[in-house]
Amino acid sequence: MPSSPLLPKMMKAHGVSRRSFLKYCATLTSVMALPPAMAPKIAHALETAPRPSVIWLSFQECTGCTEAITRSSAPSLEELIFDSISLDYHHTLQAASGDAAEHAREEAMKAHHGKYLVIVDGSIPLDEPGYSAIAGISNLDMLKETAAGAAAIVSIGTCAAYGGLPQANPNPTGAVAVSDIITDKPIINVPGCPPIPLVMTAVLAHYLTFGIPELDELGRPKAFFAESIHDRCYRRPFYDKGLFAESFDDEGARAGWCLYKLGCKGPTTKSVCATVKWNDSTSFPIQAGHGCLGCTEPDFWDNGGFYKPLSAPAGNYRRVGQAAVVAGVAAGAGGAYLAKKNKAKALAEHETVDAFTLEKEEGES
Amino acid sequence: MNNPNFDLLMFARGPLFDIALLVFVAGVLIRVVEILILGRKKDFSKAKGQPVQQGIKTIFTRTFPRPGAIKANPITIVGGYVFHIGFFIAFLLFVPHIALIEELTGLSWPGVGRVVIEGATVLAVIAGLALLYTRWKDPVRRKLTTWVDYLVLILSLLPLITGYVAVNKLFGDPTFMMALHVLSVDILMIVFPFTKLMHAFTFAMARYYNGSIQGRKGAES
Amino acid sequence: MNNSSRSGADLVQLKEAVANLPTGNALPILSEVLEALGQLVENGRTTVIDLGAIPFTGGDENLLHEILGTGEVNAVLNAMGESHVQETEIPGVWRVDHYDQTGETQSRFIEIAVIPEILKTQIEDAVRGRELLAERLNDRKGGA
Repeated sequence: MPSSPLLPKMMKAHGVSRRSFLKYCATLTSVMALPPAMAPKIAHALETAPRPSVIWLSFQECTGCTEAITRSSAPSLEELIFDSISLDYHHTLQAASGDAAEHAREEAMKAHHGKYLVIVDGSIPLDEPGYSAIAGISNLDMLKETAAGAAAIVSIGTCAAYGGLPQANPNPTGAVAVSDIITDKPIINVPGCPPIPLVMTAVLAHYLTFGIPELDELGRPKAFFAESIHDRCYRRPFYDKGLFAESFDDEGARAGWCLYKLGCKGPTTKSVCATVKWNDSTSFPIQAGHGCLGCTEPDFWDNGGFYKPLSAPAGNYRRVGQAAVVAGVAAGAGGAYLAKKNKAKALAEHETVDAFTLEKEEGES
Repeated sequence: MNNPNFDLLMFARGPLFDIALLVFVAGVLIRVVEILILGRKKDFSKAKGQPVQQGIKTIFTRTFPRPGAIKANPITIVGGYVFHIGFFIAFLLFVPHIALIEELTGLSWPGVGRVVIEGATVLAVIAGLALLYTRWKDPVRRKLTTWVDYLVLILSLLPLITGYVAVNKLFGDPTFMMALHVLSVDILMIVFPFTKLMHAFTFAMARYYNGSIQGRKGAES
Repeated sequence: MNNSSRSGADLVQLKEAVANLPTGNALPILSEVLEALGQLVENGRTTVIDLGAIPFTGGDENLLHEILGTGEVNAVLNAMGESHVQETEIPGVWRVDHYDQTGETQSRFIEIAVIPEILKTQIEDAVRGRELLAERLNDRKGGA
């Protein structure tokens, strides 16, 4: 039954030795920034943890997060972790459909009330329930209903965590994040577009072994979102030396100089992309020659343009600047004209000025 | 869910920067245009020397202190130099700042490395604090100083301090400190046209007038 | 354009050269190793240092290897991809590098220990070993 630990049995079935598992746990400590000596403890905890029931809700999303977590290149222990949960509902992955699928969800909710884990990808539209619904149930209703009996919620991807693309200006559906609706349950945000697969499974592993990880003020596990990409970037020495690529195909870009001027959001983006990397540690956007978009941060679509340097103003500065020049010159000329007129008038009327009036005027300004 | 620190940064970079830019550009232009149009009363006497040449020359010669001035007021003069040079190195040679200026004007030039920028910043802040101290300590200067003068000096130091803290992540959330940095610059830009900070633009005109008056009289300046 | 004349191989080399610039993190790590070695000698305490926890490039690896050298033991594990466990020329200091099935690096450690944990046979595996051996002997007996 779901409450019995499954991992040792599965390891046996897959012909995975405990040594392999220990190796995976060592890698896990590395990515979770835990002391490496913790590896045997994590192994033990994962082996004895009961198998949790998981309900995965997909709302306004692109399925990129599901793709990322289920498509590691080789069969791996990460998959094993993913397999070790009892995924009782995931409308993209499950075989059942329609009423049968919804029935599975309701059954899981009943059987494991108060103990199941809810994973959400996608944001929730508030303007019209009909903008996104599953089996005739609006996203809002399904989230509220399912969250009520959950032990915890994991918001996978920036849409579920912060609103993401659906919430980007002008937010046509009135999309919000899970945490904007559910306030009485622990929520772990795992943002990213998509999040790094290893990060998703590691958070899951952490939940299975030690419960809810330590979170930052944006609800993200500190182990993965404590440091900016900029601080861990291999191009950082070029930033410090003042060497920057000016375009995507100049000498600087070819020599691997810093991409700050090309709009890289590394300095304000917290994630482990620069160390854990993507596609089995092959590379990450900056290594591929493109600046960071800042996809693990709230409102990243609207934060001043992907290709604009972080230091550049984000508003209507060009039009404002032109208007200021015209207005400034006109007002200056007008002021001068008035002053001349006043002077002529004062002269004509023989007004007198003494040192005290001047001092008074000086004091006022 | 929002990141309040980032929202503050976006406000400082966005709408507030627009307002600051409007006040700064329009304010500076109003004052400079007015000064230029008003000009000086025409002097009909025959010039005994070379007013134009002396005027232009004075713009540059007044950059250097007259003999004995350093000895009389070492902190004011040396501190003044260090502050101004340090401020402009940090402002004009730090690449993120150049990126900003390029975005606004299309003009760009190469920057320098972090060691130079941070060295200049630290020296400028120390010099600024020394200037603040002597201004407050010397009874005569203290009497001459209004609260606006203190405010302006402190507002000029804030961008240097907040920038240094934000880039080096000394304390506070780095995004929040960066927002404070941009905010401090916005405020500096807004108060600029209404305070003695205008000297950055009017110094040349003032020196020219002084030099040309002397030049007309046949004196060297 | 200029860049089209540059061959792809050149570009890759350039990128690699940049990614391998030393960060200067090798020496602080080595003094940590020295300290840990003292702990091993005096108290028998094992230390594991995670090289993935700090920026550590190919250039840093070279310096590390130059100073630590290659020692007497060199073991290759075949556990969901290879793992290379090597004693360095400094006895008690081990390099433990985990790779996945495609040969990509998963994690890199320096272990200061008498023998790295991962080399020891796990009791759980030994339990399975006992079953397996018993089974095999049984088969042989049954066959005979």
